[in-house]
Amino acid sequence: MPTAEDLQAVLLTLRLASTVTALLLLIGTPIAWWLARTKSWFKGPVGAIVSLPLVLPPTVIGFYMLLAMGPWGAIGKLFNALGWGALPFTFTGIVVASVIYSMPFVVQPIQNAFEAMGDRPIEAAATLGASPLAAFFSVALPLARPGFVTAAILGFAHTIGEFGVVLMIGGNIPGKTRLISVQIYDHVEAMEYGRAHWLAGGMLLFSFLVLLALYSRRKERIDV
Amino acid sequence: MSFIKFLVAGLLVTFASLAPAQAAEKVTLAAAADLKFAMDEIAVAFREAHPGDEVEVVYGSSGKFHTQIQQGAPFDIFFSADVGFAHELKAAGQAITEPKLYAIGRIVLWSATRDASKMTLADLADPTIQKIAIANPQHAPYGKRAEEALRAVGLWDTLQSKLVFGENIAQTAQYAQSGAADIGIIALSLAVNQELASKGGYALIPADKHSPLEQAYVVTKHGEGNALASAFAAYMETADARHIMTRYGFVLPNETAAK
Repeated sequence: MPTAEDLQAVLLTLRLASTVTALLLLIGTPIAWWLARTKSWFKGPVGAIVSLPLVLPPTVIGFYMLLAMGPWGAIGKLFNALGWGALPFTFTGIVVASVIYSMPFVVQPIQNAFEAMGDRPIEAAATLGASPLAAFFSVALPLARPGFVTAAILGFAHTIGEFGVVLMIGGNIPGKTRLISVQIYDHVEAMEYGRAHWLAGGMLLFSFLVLLALYSRRKERIDV
Repeated sequence: MSFIKFLVAGLLVTFASLAPAQAAEKVTLAAAADLKFAMDEIAVAFREAHPGDEVEVVYGSSGKFHTQIQQGAPFDIFFSADVGFAHELKAAGQAITEPKLYAIGRIVLWSATRDASKMTLADLADPTIQKIAIANPQHAPYGKRAEEALRAVGLWDTLQSKLVFGENIAQTAQYAQSGAADIGIIALSLAVNQELASKGGYALIPADKHSPLEQAYVVTKHGEGNALASAFAAYMETADARHIMTRYGFVLPNETAAK
């Protein structure tokens, strides 16, 4: 049976994934909107930067995050100056890292949805007298809804599956940075295969169900 | 279709590299992370004595290697930071030699952000110290000894909220080295390395505060019949190898006391 520690890791992981998904929908939507509609020269570089985590090993992100968040790094200095305390080995620290790590999984589906929608609905709204902001909220957002659902599912699922970055900057603290993936790793290293099975099997089932939901949904709606 | 040509060329190169390497013998070592610098040097010295042969060293936590070797990992010799893991492998039939003591390890306080050389464990209660890095006591022997030492001075419970856990002792040292943790309880063998020694001093934690870090190696079942593995094991007894180990702060076992 899973122990209290295992359950703590599960709850912590869910809390991390929810926080990161919410933040990413807030941060990712304007980025996706801009990427979908801009003709700027910056579109290529910004799109590439957002997508970097798809390609980079988690160790690269973990390494640079650790240095950046440390007392001599830019983010670390900023947080110290603002009196917010140190980021490494804290829940806030792994939230910041996960937002960066899961960014492409949220931005790309939303961007695709905005691009598929095209300019015409927004132009039509403008002709009918809607302000750009009103057009965005009453026309663009509802039309791109399937993209948002995909983005939320992928962002949530990807954050749950995070391991490398958290191992490097998390410090494995129970209730703060010891996620399910880290807990499984510890169980395996300590030869506690029984306990590892509970969590690992659970993750397998969960991941399958998430993807099943995603792909079944995609069959019904081919427009994203 | 230059892409197809490129693809075919790539596949050919891949297949060519799969062909068995010629003649030269090879030994693969799994070494506890505290050996990182010492074993690198020993491997270099061994290669000089055995030109043409290959030595490959993989570093990690002893607990991880113990698990991996149980599952048939292709390591020829396992240098554990804890004699216990070596005994377990022998008992499980995964080792072909009796565990051989090769060093006694020591733990130290080390910091990149403050002078640790005059510090004691009691100073860890200092409120300006917010994060203390130790190796994970669940599977890293150095972490286990750090826990024992903190318990011995009655600080284990009060310091709980400050502790962060490295996957192995090298990662723990790196947490402290990056300044992300204010201080770390790390292996003496890592603290005396140039990288760390140039950044900060260390304070030895009294050996009576924890059970001894008796480090032992075994030749694994995978290493059976590998002449180079036996040669490397024998090399650990030479003056050269022992000199390197001593330089990294390891206490060498008295031959007669070794079991």
